[in-house]
Amino acid sequence: MRWVEICLFDDILPDTGVAALVGGEQVAIFRAGDDVFAISNYDPFSQAYVLARGIVGDKHGVLKVASPIYKHSFDLQTGQCLDNPAVSLPTYPVQVSAGVVQVGTNAPVSPDAR
Amino acid sequence: MRETLIIVGNGMVGHKFIELMVERGAANRYDVVVFGEETRLAYDRVHLSDYFSDRSADDLALATPDLYRAWDVRFFTHDRVQSIQRDDQTLTTASGQTLHYDKLVLATGSSAFVPPIEGRGAVGTFVYRTLNDLDAIRAYAQHAKTGVVIGGGLLGLECANALKLLGLETHVVEFAPRLMPVQIDEQGGKLLRAKIEALGVRVHVSKTTTAIVPGEDGRVEQLTFADGGTLPTDLVVFSAGIRPRDELARTAGLTLGERGGIAISATGQTSDPNIYAIGECAAFDGKVYGLVAPGYQMAAAAADSLMGAAQPACFEGADLSTKLKLLGVDVASFGDAFATTAGSREISFSDHVAGTYKKLVIDKRGKHLLGGILVGDASAYDILHQMVQAQVVLPPHPEDLILPTRSGAASGGLGVDVLPESAKVCSCENLSKGAVCGAIRTHNLTTVGDIKACTKAGTGCGGCVPMLNDLLKAEMKKAGKTITNHICEHFAFSRQELFHRVKVQGLRTFGEVIQACGSSRGCEICKPVVASVLASIWNDHILDKPHAPLQDSNDYFMANIQRDGTYSVVPRVAGGEITPDKLIVIGQVAKDFGLYVKITGGQRIDLFGARVDQLPTIWARLVEAGFESGHAYGKALRTVKSCVGTTWCRYGQQDSVGFAIAVENRYKGLRAPHKLKGAVSGCTRECAEAQSKDFGLIATEKGYNLYVCGNGGVKPQHAQLLAEDLTEEQAVRYLDRFLMFYIRTADRLQRTAPWLNNLDGGIDYLKQVVIDDSLGIAEELERDMAAVVGTYQCEWRTTLGDEEKLKRFRHFVNSDATDPNIVTVEERGQKRPAYSSEREPLVPAGFIPVMDIS
Ligand code: SRM
Ligand SMILES: Cc1cc2nc3c(=O)[nH]c(=O)nc-3n(C[C@H](O)[C@H](O)[C@H](O)COP(=O)(O)OP(=O)(O)OC[C@H]3O[C@@H](n4cnc5c(N)ncnc54)[C@H](O)[C@@H]3O)c2cc1C
Ligand code: SF4
Ligand code: FES
Repeated sequence: MRWVEICLFDDILPDTGVAALVGGEQVAIFRAGDDVFAISNYDPFSQAYVLARGIVGDKHGVLKVASPIYKHSFDLQTGQCLDNPAVSLPTYPVQVSAGVVQVGTNAPVSPDAR
Repeated sequence: MRETLIIVGNGMVGHKFIELMVERGAANRYDVVVFGEETRLAYDRVHLSDYFSDRSADDLALATPDLYRAWDVRFFTHDRVQSIQRDDQTLTTASGQTLHYDKLVLATGSSAFVPPIEGRGAVGTFVYRTLNDLDAIRAYAQHAKTGVVIGGGLLGLECANALKLLGLETHVVEFAPRLMPVQIDEQGGKLLRAKIEALGVRVHVSKTTTAIVPGEDGRVEQLTFADGGTLPTDLVVFSAGIRPRDELARTAGLTLGERGGIAISATGQTSDPNIYAIGECAAFDGKVYGLVAPGYQMAAAAADSLMGAAQPACFEGADLSTKLKLLGVDVASFGDAFATTAGSREISFSDHVAGTYKKLVIDKRGKHLLGGILVGDASAYDILHQMVQAQVVLPPHPEDLILPTRSGAASGGLGVDVLPESAKVCSCENLSKGAVCGAIRTHNLTTVGDIKACTKAGTGCGGCVPMLNDLLKAEMKKAGKTITNHICEHFAFSRQELFHRVKVQGLRTFGEVIQACGSSRGCEICKPVVASVLASIWNDHILDKPHAPLQDSNDYFMANIQRDGTYSVVPRVAGGEITPDKLIVIGQVAKDFGLYVKITGGQRIDLFGARVDQLPTIWARLVEAGFESGHAYGKALRTVKSCVGTTWCRYGQQDSVGFAIAVENRYKGLRAPHKLKGAVSGCTRECAEAQSKDFGLIATEKGYNLYVCGNGGVKPQHAQLLAEDLTEEQAVRYLDRFLMFYIRTADRLQRTAPWLNNLDGGIDYLKQVVIDDSLGIAEELERDMAAVVGTYQCEWRTTLGDEEKLKRFRHFVNSDATDPNIVTVEERGQKRPAYSSEREPLVPAGFIPVMDIS
């Protein structure tokens, strides 16, 4: 696995998300407090790539994002859909290093960087 | 081997019987077969009239083919049972089937009685019993102006309401000297008539219809009466009572009741031990019951008997008390309403100002309540009715039960606590207060919906739902819990309470608000609410740093998200007036960006299919041409529609276009608990549909009439008149007050119509607040509105000048690529997003595809 640099941590407003293209996949990266999380950007209920645009919050303390289309919530840590146990999304390794957000990928070096 | 059990009739009671049999494990013992004459499986006849307002046939359905299959019940619809051969235990149907039965249950219901009047078969005469009847009435009413209901009883008035909803001039003709003669007395009848006439239904009592006179084409033209009078009409509905459908039983030689109906025992058995009868076709003790609850009780008795229950339920007659809301008027009648018990005494109270009449019938010794009548305000019905049923001992001053109290508190001594545990709360499901409260406690139920799901109470006629609500409140109170209207788990406040705190404490960001009033981080429910409250009070730009994360996706990108993740663009076109040059700009922009164009229902133009990264460039072009944001994305003022008014129209009374533009420009950008729409019409022809808006102005010779709290949408409701003949200045002042009062006090996502419906005192109260300033806040409301109006900015214009804000408008933070998932196809010369059947969905690796939710 290698780390791909995405953006500055400060580029993401607190409690919001951004979408990134990593190894050909659409990844939604969220900033909640001092932490970052990465899950797929794909909302299976609307079949649109929009989760990064959802509202970040918590349900009984579990950090989550609500899809902007039909408002299904997904656990930011695990990708599990909180409204339907049969649905879960892939998650991605993510870290902040020297103020830069990085996502881990196994994909070969691809042209989608910058 | 299983025996064959056949049910004839798939109405409400026949269906209930099947359900009860299935619950009792009938499938092991019987092969269950049901025949229904109607084209549909059982549906909710009690709520039949809702078919004309807000419910479809599917909504009303009680049974579906899938359900019956799952229950292992064989069913035949649209097949009438024509005869029963008792000697060899078979029956024959209209389609020619002959089947053997071991046990037979007749649940054939009743039919509407059509009095033997000359001309009763003319084209345009109907009854009111089935969905098919309603379809026929609706179709015929399209070409009719006037409708008459013959019969002023319960159903007749319900039917009159339906005709009114269909837009007909409606008359009710009643043979007796008053409406609802069976349920209410002369005094109550007078008041009911006055109330119903005030609603625009013409009432004719003491009228005997002698003939229905058709025209040459065979269509109804008029009614003639015994007193020589006539009444022209296009449509007639008979609602002169019901007759039990006992014809099958009659020809099969079963014993009938004296006045018709199939005679049954307490277990539902007829004179043939293998045949049962239940519901409206059955007569117990010579009496036929035209209500659903007694039918359900018979069904339970028959089911127990057929399953050989150890302690079978018995039917021992039922109470015919009723409460209903007819054309918005409460009427209730219970127990011995006409004081027929020897020595009984009456207490009555009528208030001609409030338009209420209440009567109690009390036994000789003044100890027990025997019955009563309530017209105009039936809020005490549930308790009073139960006091009769449960023989509760009366308080020392029984008149307190119906006299209004001055302080506004609930009437003296009324509360569910006075009822014994055995009081029957839901007669349809035969449940006592004890059973319902027990379920609330054991299963920790917190909503009426929970109670319905857990106990089935309230799922029949629905009449007991208010009582369930009271029981729930009482139980929660005892348990030290309260029913909350809290916004969500993060805020233990209603929207109104939160609004007040934000304003009084001067809180300006979500961080401050959650610290002062909430807990944890917030969620997609409370964040937009707080964003909206902050905007209504302080009116900062919604994309300012602390506010941006709170916004719903639509507000966040100031455009409406579509099913493929692209957005729509709606520039403001105030009052719907637009110059050719501006039209050309819109057209050119659409063309340059390949956007789909549609005229909206709100007199403006919607451009669809813009990618998030295109939004700023598109808006830059529009803003440059003088357009502003249309706030189609916000819970905010949308449009103020106009008609052309004096500008061109030969009937115009005022400049409706000019005023609509002024009003739209005044309130543009105003954020509210839900979206707001307005309209201004130039005369009473009302081409702008102002009476279907949150606020509507209709020009008169002298000025404008102001209507408020109407809407279309999910549950259409007409606006109500707030004030008449206002100058433009007065109209704006009242609008300022009205809108701000709504913004302060409404619940989250509550539009003005439901808000008004929940406002104690309704439109009269609203008039007091807005016009008479009864709360002394008018000036403050106007000031608050002035502050919002004064700080208006076009959200798009500001955003375009702010690099920070513009950063958000790209699909990927790390690439200029666009979303490859967006695929369009061409249709009627424009682009639209492809349906999933039209493309291979681009599903990311590792994802678990599950459903097709579209
Ligand atoms: C575009 C338009 C339909 C059209 O092609 O004509 C439309 C489109 C939408 N309507 Fe509407 N409504 C449009 C006029 C109406 C009207 C007619 C009118 O305003 O005269 C109504 C009924 C009148 C009323 O509101 O009382 C209407 C009743 C609704 C409702 C039901 C509201 C209710 O209280 O029941 C919703 C749902 C909601 O708001 O929660 C809704 C919601 C929506 C949304 C926002 C649904 C959504 O979240 O995606 C649609 C997206 C708009 C977009 O992407 O631009 N729309 N919608 C109309 C835009 C008018 C405009 O210029 O702004
Ligand atoms: C507009 C309206 C409003 C009402 N409001 C209320 C209310 O508020 N509260 C209340 O308690 N009650 C109300 N009622 C009465 C309530 O609907 C009836 O009490 C209830 O439907 C009776 O059920 P049932 O099964 O006995 O008869 P039905 O529901 O009439 O069902 C009988 C079914 O049997 C079918 N059938 C008849 N003969 C045959 C045959 N030979 N072969 C096959 N099928 C046959 C009929 O087509 C019908 O579908 C209302 C009724 C109407 C019409
Ligand atoms: S409402 Fe009256 S003034 Fe306006 S267009 Fe219609 S007819 Fe003309
Ligand atoms: S009394 Fe009919 S549903 Fe409860």
